[in-house]
Amino acid sequence: MSTESREYKHGFVTDIETEKIRKGLGEDVIRIISAKKNEPDWLLAYRLKAYKHWLTMKEPHWARADYKPINYEDLYYYAAPKSVKEKPKSLDDLDPELLRTFEKLGIPLTEQKRISGVAIDAVFDSVSLGTTHKETLDKVGVVFCSISEAVQKYPELVKKYLGTVVPHTDNFFAALNAAVFSDGSFCYIPKGVKCPLDLSTYFRINAQETGQFERTLLIAEEGSYVNYLEGCTAPQRDENQLHAAVVELVALDRAEIRYSTVQNWYTGDREGRGGIFNFVTKRGKCLGKDSKISWTQVEAGSAITWKYPSCILQGENSVGAFYSVALTHDKMQADTGTKMVHIGKNTKSTIISKGISTGGSVNSYRGLVKIMPTATGARNFSQCDSMLVGDQSGANTFPYIEVKNNSAVVEHEASTSRISEDQLFYLQSRGISQEEAISLLVNGFCKDVFKQLPLEFSVEAVKLIEMKLENSIG
Amino acid sequence: MLKIRDLKAAVDGKEVLRGINLDIQAGEVHAIMGPNGSGKSTLSKILAGHPDYEVTGGSISYEVNFAPRNLLEMAPDERAREGVFLAFQYPTEVPGLSNMTFLRTAFNSVCRQQGVQEMAEGPFRAFVEKKAALVDMNPSFLDRAVNEGFSGGEKKRNEILQMAVLSPRLAVLDETDSGLDIDSLKIVAQGVNKLRTKDNAILLITHYQRLLDYIVPDHVHVLSGGKIVQSGDKSLALKLESQGYDWLKGLA
Repeated sequence: MSTESREYKHGFVTDIETEKIRKGLGEDVIRIISAKKNEPDWLLAYRLKAYKHWLTMKEPHWARADYKPINYEDLYYYAAPKSVKEKPKSLDDLDPELLRTFEKLGIPLTEQKRISGVAIDAVFDSVSLGTTHKETLDKVGVVFCSISEAVQKYPELVKKYLGTVVPHTDNFFAALNAAVFSDGSFCYIPKGVKCPLDLSTYFRINAQETGQFERTLLIAEEGSYVNYLEGCTAPQRDENQLHAAVVELVALDRAEIRYSTVQNWYTGDREGRGGIFNFVTKRGKCLGKDSKISWTQVEAGSAITWKYPSCILQGENSVGAFYSVALTHDKMQADTGTKMVHIGKNTKSTIISKGISTGGSVNSYRGLVKIMPTATGARNFSQCDSMLVGDQSGANTFPYIEVKNNSAVVEHEASTSRISEDQLFYLQSRGISQEEAISLLVNGFCKDVFKQLPLEFSVEAVKLIEMKLENSIG
Repeated sequence: MLKIRDLKAAVDGKEVLRGINLDIQAGEVHAIMGPNGSGKSTLSKILAGHPDYEVTGGSISYEVNFAPRNLLEMAPDERAREGVFLAFQYPTEVPGLSNMTFLRTAFNSVCRQQGVQEMAEGPFRAFVEKKAALVDMNPSFLDRAVNEGFSGGEKKRNEILQMAVLSPRLAVLDETDSGLDIDSLKIVAQGVNKLRTKDNAILLITHYQRLLDYIVPDHVHVLSGGKIVQSGDKSLALKLESQGYDWLKGLA
């Protein structure tokens, strides 16, 4: 058994027949994707508009990440297991190979085995396989389905909100996503409903040389509440794979959305071969007054992470939060952070970022706090801490602050530390092994973020970080 | 239980211990006294295995399962799991790690090594709360981060609490009395006395004799210039108290 396969237990490949559209990108490919999904004309027009805009854009390179140029003509933009061409009525009828795959990932989908308390949308390459716990959600009017299904069943809602938080012109990867997005999740929480289950999407990339471009849209109506979780894994492959997702959240008056991610895409091997390029645009809009959006992320995978889950605080008294743990090891590169844009009066935001770099990796925090002239009484608190393990790793912090209203209060704290030899010795002198001591110290460092995660997710995150550390130290 | 032979050690290339010999048996309390810079703390750090202290000669043999083992070959955590404990002069703060989690992880590490059943969270809390009473520690300290924001006295009590939880066979208390007012000193000393058994040994390292009023040693050693220059019973400590350390200069 090679060391690499021990390190990444999700690195297996599902042997399944895949249907793909030709390599490369063009209007024809977009038309085929749209036709496969039986999309209305407005959506095809939107995709084509985005594609034309994308052609005028250049790949951005301001992030602290080095990589060979991506050949956009050498990628597949659509891949789907043949067996789900006709979507099965129930997850129990799914191809057993796919069921086994998700079971192996710890996400049983069948009626009998599924996880209680969490409704799951399983996305495999470019398609959603289906969602669990539909009946419970139906009772309270919560819609949780794939975005392709939503386009068919709730076209008005999709049309009303799609691209309103992340427009197709936003950035290079968002434009690409708008042109070719294949699947993703759609959630709609009706007025006054506290979603009875946590909603969760599990993304799995399986096919080779395929980009994954999922699109998630989550709308929380007045006074509603939802807890949304997202997990991701991919097989180990020697070439890089592009993952360019877009997530849009909309919170109306007094609505609250808590969005958590545990990202564990394949990182590449110890020499930096292979791994996922995770170039993602996630943004939430607090449209209504007293609305709340919080992003919690544990970023422990991908060769390169380029991700800034953000909040647009438009409604009065709206609240945005970003809690992040980013762990890099070996040759990983992470450039991640957030944007908090204060527009409404008395808007508040909190940023807690914990970066851990080990091996020869580089971990950068990049964040923008922007207070617009209208945002009287706005407040922000940011805390960005970096921990270095070993002497080959690096950490950067790039906080950008723009204040255009002088009633605003903006606080920023930052620290960089090494794992202290004294702390390590102290723990060891009580019988705790070095690996366990490091993991206790790192978990202590990340505590403020982990406590924001739902319990099961928090347990999983702690385990993931421990496993990653065990493999990168010692 | 512990045999130190001709132990020599250096810190940053400077020789600090110049040939220490010391035998400690189960059930005994030894005190090592000496002026500042005599090498007392170095000896304690070497017993615990601190990586910054380099042993340049001699040996330390420590009995594990009735057979002598070379202590110097054991990693710090392994020593601890085999019953060596150092109460630090300056206990380290560990923000973010709760005292309870710390104690339980340490305790269960020792259990695993000793082949004893590990303890679950609930029973362990009850067990620790009893031990906390030994050093008159408010249970609220158990849920705070390890030593973070503790006063000097609270940190020292926390050390003795750890000792009580881990019940070491060889406890080395490095200047446990320093920085303590007389009331705290009494509490800490009472705690230590309650942990004395015929099976374990305690090595007290101190500058002042006042600690020895409360924890009465069987043997007192005077360390000066990196060597033990005189050994005796507790009356030696009293002599040091009345005459100071100056008379030792000729002996070093």
